[in-house]
Amino acid sequence: MHEWALAEAVISTVSQLAEKEGLNEVTEVKLKVGELQQIELDVLKFALSQLKTSKLLKNARFDIETVKAELKCRVCGYEWIFRKEKIDEDVAEAIHFIPEMAHTYIKCPNCGSPDFEIVRGRGVWLESVKGVK
Amino acid sequence: MTDPRIAVINERLKEVNNIIAVSSGKGGVGKSLVASTLALTLAEENYKVGLFDLDFTSPSTHVILNVKNVYPTEKNGVVPPEIHGLKYMSIVYYSGEHVSPLRGADVSNALIELLAITRWNTLDFLIIDMPPGISDATLDIIRLVKRIKFLIVTTPSQLAFETVRKLVNLLSELNIPIIGVIENMKMKESRFIREQTEKKGLKFWGEIPFDYTLEEAIGDVNRLSKTKFMERIKEIAEANINKI
Repeated sequence: MHEWALAEAVISTVSQLAEKEGLNEVTEVKLKVGELQQIELDVLKFALSQLKTSKLLKNARFDIETVKAELKCRVCGYEWIFRKEKIDEDVAEAIHFIPEMAHTYIKCPNCGSPDFEIVRGRGVWLESVKGVK
Repeated sequence: MTDPRIAVINERLKEVNNIIAVSSGKGGVGKSLVASTLALTLAEENYKVGLFDLDFTSPSTHVILNVKNVYPTEKNGVVPPEIHGLKYMSIVYYSGEHVSPLRGADVSNALIELLAITRWNTLDFLIIDMPPGISDATLDIIRLVKRIKFLIVTTPSQLAFETVRKLVNLLSELNIPIIGVIENMKMKESRFIREQTEKKGLKFWGEIPFDYTLEEAIGDVNRLSKTKFMERIKEIAEANINKI
């Protein structure tokens, strides 16, 4: 239920941003969820629905887009897409909790280096918050 | 694009009374041993204590405390397991025996993740074993963890204190409280570190003589608690911890 902690983080951030923007009601929240962290979307959605209890957020719709995890080797420049199916369960779990553990367990398929960049698709990002003033 | 994790970090730490970052200007001064034994000492005094190893590229407190076969539990985030009377969190739960070749931005991201998901609940003291020196990680911890206070470890060497001087200057500019300086590995009588510390307007917590038995006690908490090193940590903590 690590997703619950991330959902709490989303709710706190949306509340802070809405307050800063002077919104009376949040109507739409766009989230991007990177595939590297292997978030269980159903759990995240459920947690968000349970946590959006404030007057500000109760009518908010959460629009979640998944983003493929693109990795690029800093040594040879090779680019590839992370696939959960290709790694062990224990490794997948470590990366689920801390996506940077990818550098511990995954190597560039072309040259074998652990020195690669997570170009996109790491974890949970807040894209936009819309509402009425 | 906003990183949602930042907003929740201080929420996770709101039930922690004191957050002490055990830090040093450079590596190799005994920072992790001071952090570990200080945490053990406070736990022995019946305080609720957490130890958080944030030295991600070279974690070592798990070796000092012989942390094996325990893992955090998942409950709306992760809850650190209790070992030797203290709640213990480290990246090694996830990296195991493997090396974590992380660049600065990756270290930052990993520590933001752990700060955002770890549930410490109520603690009297959270002791953080910091990365040595002034790095991305150090700057991030200063930026993200409100109410943090620094305890600085040095050796008698003027080389070590030169790096401490820079760390102290940075922390002072950022208005981060420094609760004291500990001089470790003392081998001969000298007032250099004490005088330099006091000259900078800081509190000198005390000195720890070089302990030749310490190395053999690493990984054995019972043995560690009987070393001269830990005896001194107990005396130093007793004299200073209530004044922070």
